[in-house]
Amino acid sequence: MTNLVIAEHDNAQLKGATLSAVAAAAAIGGDIHILVAGSGAQAVADQAAKAAGVSKVILADSASLEYGLAENVAAQVLEIAGNYSHILFPATAAGKNVAPRVAAKLDVAQISDIIAVESADTFQRPIYAGNAIATVQSADSVKVITVRTTAFDAVAAEGGSAAIENADGVADSGKSSFVGREFAKSDRPELAGASVVVSGGRGMGSAENFKILDPLADKLGAALGASRAAVDAGYAPNDWQVGQTGKIVAPQLYVAVGISGAIQHLAGMKDSKVIVAINKDAEAPIFGVADYGLVADLFQAVPELTDAL
Amino acid sequence: MKVLVPVKRVVDYNVKVRVKSDHTGVDIANVKMSMNPFDEIAVEEATRLKEKSTVSEVVAVSCGVAQSQETLRTAMAIGADRGILVQTDVELQPLAVAKLLKALVDKEQPQLVILGKQAIDDDANQTGQMLAALLGWPQATFASKVEVDGDKVQVTREVDGGLETLSLSLPAIITTDLRLNEPRYVTLPNIMKAKKKPLENVTPEDLGVDVAPRLKTLKVAEPPARQAGIMVPDVATLVDKLKNEAKVV
Repeated sequence: MTNLVIAEHDNAQLKGATLSAVAAAAAIGGDIHILVAGSGAQAVADQAAKAAGVSKVILADSASLEYGLAENVAAQVLEIAGNYSHILFPATAAGKNVAPRVAAKLDVAQISDIIAVESADTFQRPIYAGNAIATVQSADSVKVITVRTTAFDAVAAEGGSAAIENADGVADSGKSSFVGREFAKSDRPELAGASVVVSGGRGMGSAENFKILDPLADKLGAALGASRAAVDAGYAPNDWQVGQTGKIVAPQLYVAVGISGAIQHLAGMKDSKVIVAINKDAEAPIFGVADYGLVADLFQAVPELTDAL
Repeated sequence: MKVLVPVKRVVDYNVKVRVKSDHTGVDIANVKMSMNPFDEIAVEEATRLKEKSTVSEVVAVSCGVAQSQETLRTAMAIGADRGILVQTDVELQPLAVAKLLKALVDKEQPQLVILGKQAIDDDANQTGQMLAALLGWPQATFASKVEVDGDKVQVTREVDGGLETLSLSLPAIITTDLRLNEPRYVTLPNIMKAKKKPLENVTPEDLGVDVAPRLKTLKVAEPPARQAGIMVPDVATLVDKLKNEAKVV
């Protein structure tokens, strides 16, 4: 049995999500290889080679792989897919984009967003926004899997010494091209992997008001998140959305401010270790999952909390 | 240019489902069913492209039980011109749906297929990408903006870290994210009009597709419940609890 983990990276840094997918591969058992498909991504391969439990890193370095276009990355994975029993992607925007293309070409089912490994062919995954957990078994020869990264503790980033092998990059499909990116620069930790998250909801009232969360997040070293309502209202950017169809987070501390707690939002954060909710509505469903609930006007409570920490 | 829009009948997003006591699935008897919200966004986008005359025909497709007809009628009330139901009582998994859709694409020859990025029941997020792979078409998933320009379509996508824009050669696959548009309210006159629009019934056998499930569901269970928390009277108590009880700050 050999597992292939597809690395999440930006051609310079290996993302932590990869290490969680490696942990899922370790739970399955057998050898673990990592594919780094990128351009000018030698540094990523070097980092991947140090990940605990990894025996081989395959670096496919090609201009066609610079922007992670699904058509090209899937083709790259398919070049070597025949050597593997399990192909794992982190369930990130990039992983979710590519994995089903690989599964369809292999004519196998994909097992999305696994949260536990029961055996080499049996996995647990959430359905209905996490309101039910399905245990599913795959009879396919190759298991194509996306891994919910918050459900698996990342393996150590250091300590391994895997061999790095070079593979020829695939030719560009010619059917899609990269036009541009708008990425906000931030010194804060990445939302999906942060140990503390401060999230705001519709109760924030405006994009301007949302800024009162900044000093609190600064004090806590937190990433900022938002509910769908806050993103739809334009208070916060789309990549801050926590929930069923946004980011899934499970930090040590999740502070929900002015968030009512729709089931779709709870699906994205209810596995957090400690949940604090601040809301002026004592009936808000968010209090049903909070460890510590405070019924208060957030515009008073947030600055007060910031000062007290 | 023709657009195909697949739509799925799912448990309404406001319903909190219950796991059956024998752990074979969730209880969907007598619960409200609706069109998957992401698919509604897909129908709306296709309809807007038609209203801008970029698109000449919008064909809605649903795969599943006979009642999926209602979902197709809703799609036609939003603006789809006709509907195709691939009727089966078999539990359809994403790979099977992608194969059914491929067979219909081969027949209908659309230039664009717009799908919801995921269905809110199985939360798989697979069908659009699988269809793209089976057709050998380019894809833009998680779309927040779509602009058709001649034989290309430019799509802005919601990705980790922000937004990304791709240009695809048509024919192509697009899957919708929440911010692409806000679907219109369906009006009564449009519901009446939708009843008169053509709806064709086919079966997986007609399309020559094997839809047998590949994944076997062994068990469906409730997620572990969180222990009930406490309410704190003020910020000072909250800080004290976080420092001394939870020890997270």
